Amino acid sequence: MTQDDADGSVPALRTDRLGRRYGKMWGLRDCTLEVPAGAVAAVVGPNGAGKTTLLEMIIGLLEPTEGRVDVFGQTSRADTAGSLGRVGYVAQDHPLYRDFTVADMFHLGRAMNPSWDQNLADVRMDALSIPVNRKIRRLSGGQQAQVSLTMALAKRAPLLVLDEPVSSLDPVARLDFMRDVMAIAADQALTFLISSHVVAELERYCDWLIILSAGHVQLAGPADDLLAAHQLLTVPRATLDADLPGTAIQRTDSDRHSTVLVRAGADQFAGYGRPGWQADPVSFEQLIMAYLQRRPSPRSYDNPAPAAERPGTPAKEVTR
Amino acid sequence: MFRFRLDGSSGVPPYLQLVHQVRQALLLGYLQEGDRLPTVKDVAADLVINPNTVVKAYRQLEHEGLTGGRPGQGTFITATSSPVPPAAHQDLRASLEAWLRAAGEAGLDDEAVTALIAVARQDLKQDLKKERV
Repeated sequence: MTQDDADGSVPALRTDRLGRRYGKMWGLRDCTLEVPAGAVAAVVGPNGAGKTTLLEMIIGLLEPTEGRVDVFGQTSRADTAGSLGRVGYVAQDHPLYRDFTVADMFHLGRAMNPSWDQNLADVRMDALSIPVNRKIRRLSGGQQAQVSLTMALAKRAPLLVLDEPVSSLDPVARLDFMRDVMAIAADQALTFLISSHVVAELERYCDWLIILSAGHVQLAGPADDLLAAHQLLTVPRATLDADLPGTAIQRTDSDRHSTVLVRAGADQFAGYGRPGWQADPVSFEQLIMAYLQRRPSPRSYDNPAPAAERPGTPAKEVTR
Repeated sequence: MFRFRLDGSSGVPPYLQLVHQVRQALLLGYLQEGDRLPTVKDVAADLVINPNTVVKAYRQLEHEGLTGGRPGQGTFITATSSPVPPAAHQDLRASLEAWLRAAGEAGLDDEAVTALIAVARQDLKQDLKKERV
């Protein structure tokens, strides 16, 4: 269940230079990343960043234009039962047949999935007090989300992909839903990939972070490592980016001082020691917002190469 | 049963918040040797946080020698007393209170006190590093 248990084993998800073109436009390109088994990974990015394109290629709904995507070591291909069976999918708007009863939906799931676990579905509906003879359209938004999640869980797929699972829910239903997801993650050896707009809440849920922007991976890796590799430095205004340890990701200049969100290795931070400089840890939300507000970079930052290896990286975005 | 809480706006990583809470509870006597910590699943559901975060916190506590796992039974507090001897703790607290009182009389508000402590701590770290070299 933990990341360490997955050491040396096959990652839950691996993409290699994955890309998808729509006409002349690339929806996603050069996407190389890995998510270990047992992780709860967040995929964040603005609209049009390529989130849904990535998710749909992972679940085998969309054929890649180039590159490949492996789920537990096996390549996903569109329209093959094998690919579909390895991934459970909860789509954004919980598309269920509104005139079906919950039991009808489960019947459909059973017919379409050889590994369907009816007992799991029944037990969950019972625990959530959702009557299975009720029609979908008479359920609350939260209950519909739970039916969608249950459909995905009952497939007994080792990887679950949730596309904006809580965006249509009120705050209480949202918390209840995620409480359930966290309990499931603790209980079963499942890997979650969750796309979300609700950046503030992600830190609680995720141990792995993937930031997409303009069709490219801007940052990806274990959330704690990424946080440790960034600091918020307060320095005299005259300080050049080149004199900072590491790479400046986002810089805000005041009259006399500047605040710079910097990416560097821990040893670089430890050694900078200048009087008058102040270093503060970066919050999860600050980190994500800095990368999302950054001018989209065509290059991929998914491999955490030490910033020192990239002298003169242009990252002099000035905000405000 | 001990219950954790989470402050979403503190900027401290969630796993560290859990570690701090156990350390603090030991220091204050709210947790004692033999007490059982809640299961990973219970903490994950209670706080609505990633179970791997709880695992990481529990591993860190075990690494610090504060807790130990008993297979099939859970995680238990193994530290016999607080890491800081009570007398030293009391002395430090008394001198800190005196310092805080002096800072207040000098006109420093909470924010100024926090900033001054941060700067002093950082300078001290640098000095200690130089001494070691």
